[in-house]
Amino acid sequence: MTTQSNSAFFNQLKRYYTFYTGGFIAFVIVLAILEQMGVSNTVLGYIFLAATIALYAGIGIMSKTADVSEYYVAGRRVPALFNGMATGADWMSAASFIGMAGTLYASGYDGLAFVMGWTGGYVLVALFLAPYLRKFGQFTIPDFLGARYGGNLPRAIGVIAAIICSFVYVVAQIYGVGLITSRFTGLEFAIGVYAGLIGILVCSFLGGMRAVTWTQVAQYIILIIAYLIPVVWLSVQITGNPVPQVAYGQALQKVTAKEKELNDPNSALGAAELTVRAIHKEKAAEWGEKIKTLEAAVAAGNGAAFHAEQKGKVEQKLVDLKAAVPVDEKAVKGAEKDLKDFPPDIDKLKAKWKAAEAGAKGKAGNVPGHATAFAGKGAEKKLMKEAEAKGETPSAEAIAKAKAEDQKASNDKRNNFIALVLCLMVGTASLPHILMRYYTTPSVREARVSVFWSLFFIFLLYFTAPALAVLAKYVVYHDLVGSSFATLPAWVSNWQAVDASLMKIVDMNKDGIIQLAEITIGGDLIVLATPEIAGLPYVISGLVAAGGLAAALSTADGLLLTIANALSHDVYYKMIDPHASTMRRLSISKALLLVVAVAAAYTASLKPGDILFLVGAAFSLAASAFFPALVLGVFWKRANYLGAVIGMLAGLGLCMYYMYMTYPFFGGVPANEWFAIKPIAAGVFGMPAGFLGVIIGSLISSAPSKEIQDLVNHVRYPSLEGDIDTKGA
Amino acid sequence: MKLTEKHQEYWSKNLRLTAVLLAVWFVATFVVIWFAKELNEIVIAGFPFAFYMGAQGALIIYVVVIWYYARRMNQMDKDYGVHEGED
Repeated sequence: MTTQSNSAFFNQLKRYYTFYTGGFIAFVIVLAILEQMGVSNTVLGYIFLAATIALYAGIGIMSKTADVSEYYVAGRRVPALFNGMATGADWMSAASFIGMAGTLYASGYDGLAFVMGWTGGYVLVALFLAPYLRKFGQFTIPDFLGARYGGNLPRAIGVIAAIICSFVYVVAQIYGVGLITSRFTGLEFAIGVYAGLIGILVCSFLGGMRAVTWTQVAQYIILIIAYLIPVVWLSVQITGNPVPQVAYGQALQKVTAKEKELNDPNSALGAAELTVRAIHKEKAAEWGEKIKTLEAAVAAGNGAAFHAEQKGKVEQKLVDLKAAVPVDEKAVKGAEKDLKDFPPDIDKLKAKWKAAEAGAKGKAGNVPGHATAFAGKGAEKKLMKEAEAKGETPSAEAIAKAKAEDQKASNDKRNNFIALVLCLMVGTASLPHILMRYYTTPSVREARVSVFWSLFFIFLLYFTAPALAVLAKYVVYHDLVGSSFATLPAWVSNWQAVDASLMKIVDMNKDGIIQLAEITIGGDLIVLATPEIAGLPYVISGLVAAGGLAAALSTADGLLLTIANALSHDVYYKMIDPHASTMRRLSISKALLLVVAVAAAYTASLKPGDILFLVGAAFSLAASAFFPALVLGVFWKRANYLGAVIGMLAGLGLCMYYMYMTYPFFGGVPANEWFAIKPIAAGVFGMPAGFLGVIIGSLISSAPSKEIQDLVNHVRYPSLEGDIDTKGA
Repeated sequence: MKLTEKHQEYWSKNLRLTAVLLAVWFVATFVVIWFAKELNEIVIAGFPFAFYMGAQGALIIYVVVIWYYARRMNQMDKDYGVHEGED
């Protein structure tokens, strides 16, 4: 099948992609020149999006194939380095690209769970899965379960788990595509979703894994350039050092010093903050009262009437504003938006008010330390302060109680952090769209090296994100806080005009000076606004948008392919019609791809806000369902059919049950939590259940057959004399 | 397909290597998190230690662990004659 040697192929690829990278940089430079010549931002945005999507489509068309092995596993000749880049793009989603730095900005140390979790999982992939799956060498992850444990049931459970995890994930990606497209072109969100969908489909539809692989390599190059340029530039401006990952230490020190100043009521800055915090405290109390009246109305059975009454108030306000002379256009627009976004039912209204209350409460307190790990809830401090105000000394008992409360809050945070890191890591090592990539390397040794390259390329972005978060915080704390409202930097007013949920800044205490508690920053702003904060031209903002789009499209491609392959290969070919012709298998696969893609895009176009929370849950589900059965399948010969079935069902079942009981979205309540572990880390219970299930189930039934034990030996040794062959068709 | 003693040795060496590297991974991740509050008291070049480990240190260790495993196993394949041909 291979007409040329692997090394010649590698050199050819290297030439292509070097040329491609140069071409892309030249393209950005041309756009920069166009910008200087006065081409408008919207036009630049369109050119960027259209050009990159056309590029991906071009690669997709060039890679079209009718060969089964090419379609499912890219002909198994993707060199380690390139498979690493493709995995990097496959792995890093819109959430990593746009959201990660924002999460770190908002939660400091506590946000690092994602940084560690989403990288450390590759250690597990390298040590436990990639080389063995490569040696097994078929097409999908359920394939391995089916062959290792025999029978259709383990395969079927694998298919169901793969589809659940991948579908929520792909909806979130397409949602991200819609957001980016609409923000940078001004198209309607739903149209953005379908435009992005075309970009996804042209790749995967014609060439399957082969096209997706080569597109993902191209997408990786764009996304990493787009991520690094603004951060390096910002770092040079703030620290004078072009290596942000090293330089941000000094920025962090300054941020920490500023945090202390802001929390010190005796400093000028701290005193000003206090006045704003007092206003937030009042607001929080107001929201609390409103929620109480809402709850009372619901308890009396008047929920619907209360909802209608509240909506009526908003309608009335709009009518009044329109009737006013002169008409305040801005206020009318705002009221129209309020009415449009008004929650459709009483539960959503309550959730909205609760969020507003929590937001105000958060701003009423001290500034949390960026590098501080697992802060307590401050019960002791509060007690001392209240006692001081009254002129008393609190009893030793009361102090001990407050201390214990703080200790418990801190421990709960630490336990949740550990549980989340573990779930994200094991989930990473269980998500089928990632594991599938290691089927595509030419050999076991290349698969091992490929995991190294994968993590290396992911690492480039992930170890930059914490630096970006600190640099952005430095800018906000030093350049924004304490400056005058009359001289807002351009990027602040620009983003405030574009989207108030990303950037909002109001002079609450009317002193004309900006206080930290007066600034509201949405997580996505950090990455999106970095080029402007660093004073770079708009073309770099376009580049960042193209990078975010590349991240979302590449992940969506990999996920769609996983779902379609699970349905076409595992369900149709392996379970329904094993005699199907190659032609028929591929056409079924492509038809399913289309159906799944449209279903995912339709779901995304409904803007299901909650789906974003479910992405985190996908990791717990994957970890509970797949990891025990996959790892024990390689490392424990005694594991058998019954064990796999019980283990996978127990893991998946317990994980879903826990989420159902504790996640408000499913009607659960936090009071049901075990050891105060949040539902997102449900896998921490599902995984042990999975392992236990496999072990008990295997021990109570007879050992697997000689053929299966031979299969285990087969995957353990890269090459064996008299080896069996699992490569299949 | 018959496994010789040499094959068994290859596999147990692999298991040992896997266990050692897993221990490194565990310490770099979970032990550091467990003692994060205490370790953050140590500040190097502006970075509290636990914060640095979470943001960058652990990531560097992960990359090195995987690199070492690939190198070591690919060498061991050859030593034990279980490496793949050039195809």
